[in-house]
Amino acid sequence: MFGYTFQWKQVFARLPQMLDGALVTMQIAVLSMVIGIVLAVLLTLFRQSGSRLLSGIATAWVEIARNTPALFQIYMAHFGLGSFGIHLSPYVSLLVGITFNNAGYLAENFRGALKAIPETQTRAGRSLGMSPLQAFRHIVVPQMLRIAFLPMTNQMVWAVLMTSLGVTVGMNTDLFGVTQDLNALTFRTFELFAVAAVIFYLIVKVIQTAARLIAWRLFRY
Amino acid sequence: MFDTALTAADLLFLAKGAGVTILVTLISVALGTLLGIVFGVIRYQVGPWWAAPLTFVLDVFRSVPLLIQLVLANAFLGVVLKLRMSGFTVACGVLTMYTAAYCAEIVRGGIEAVPMNTRRAARSLGMTWRQDMTSIVMPLATRVALPSWIGLALGVMKDSALVYVVQVTELLKSTQILITRLQEPLFLLMICGAFYFLISFPLARLGGYLERRWTND
Repeated sequence: MFGYTFQWKQVFARLPQMLDGALVTMQIAVLSMVIGIVLAVLLTLFRQSGSRLLSGIATAWVEIARNTPALFQIYMAHFGLGSFGIHLSPYVSLLVGITFNNAGYLAENFRGALKAIPETQTRAGRSLGMSPLQAFRHIVVPQMLRIAFLPMTNQMVWAVLMTSLGVTVGMNTDLFGVTQDLNALTFRTFELFAVAAVIFYLIVKVIQTAARLIAWRLFRY
Repeated sequence: MFDTALTAADLLFLAKGAGVTILVTLISVALGTLLGIVFGVIRYQVGPWWAAPLTFVLDVFRSVPLLIQLVLANAFLGVVLKLRMSGFTVACGVLTMYTAAYCAEIVRGGIEAVPMNTRRAARSLGMTWRQDMTSIVMPLATRVALPSWIGLALGVMKDSALVYVVQVTELLKSTQILITRLQEPLFLLMICGAFYFLISFPLARLGGYLERRWTND
């Protein structure tokens, strides 16, 4: 029909290699998300702190992360830091780039969620004799997580998709990198990338289903 | 750092790349939005069951990395169907579908935000479905959807940095070409980043402003 013979066998023979790549992809995504959440909480606190310097740093971080391409941020981590004599491996550059991006977006989500919780909630907690930290921890954080959970899931999906950008800085162990290398060996571009696309799709679906289950378990009263 | 080998010709080269970035973005956002509105209305109109195939296809565009979409489209059109297509066309085509997939979701959300009673009132006054859609639903849904749409358009502009993979020399790729030649990565990347930032930041602020202004009433 197309005058082109699809050769799926060759691709399926290399599926184990690609699945190993998928594991690396997941590893980077999870790591970048965990570090990203920690940094985002710090950035949110910095912005609330009232100190001009701290909130300035946090605002600059958030705005740069949100208003430049993720690929640019990864280039910055790889080539930009290289100008200062800091040479990162492709894996670390990719991780730094995605984490920077995640932290910026998550900080904005957290700020929005924090704003959505009325001040009276904290005051009610304080009236019951809670310390400020207790009120924050037991009253504000659970409600904040509830609001920020869906955006966090989306960010996790984004993190997985963004790992494919690592190939631009020479990463060759993640799913996209492995596929690219196999492509150079076999020239079955369409078949290989179609399989990679299916794997990415499945990873995303697993994340979304897991998030739905976790949300259902956590957020029922 | 301030004595640079950057010449006026190089700056022109960068400006050309920036032009390509803007052109690809404008074409894809315009076409993608039109398609997205059509898809969004269809999805809302026929209900979740009959729209399932469309929902699935649009979901694929949101769950597969753009880089892979571009490589796949290029390989499919060029190697499998043996069509001669410029990288620019492929890039615009893929980004259009990518935009449409997100836009459909925004449009559906916008339509769902219009209270059913308002629409019933319109129909009771004798308005046709078309009149109801254009003079009742559209103005109200736009208020809900416009801030997210601005975010989407900016997202597409940032994601258009990936079209280098189908041999389109946009801003980031032309920056990289200059980096290879001049060996001044930091300076060149700063110029490139500043360009994206200067377009994205004011529009993002505008989106945030509209969102704040329009949520109260």
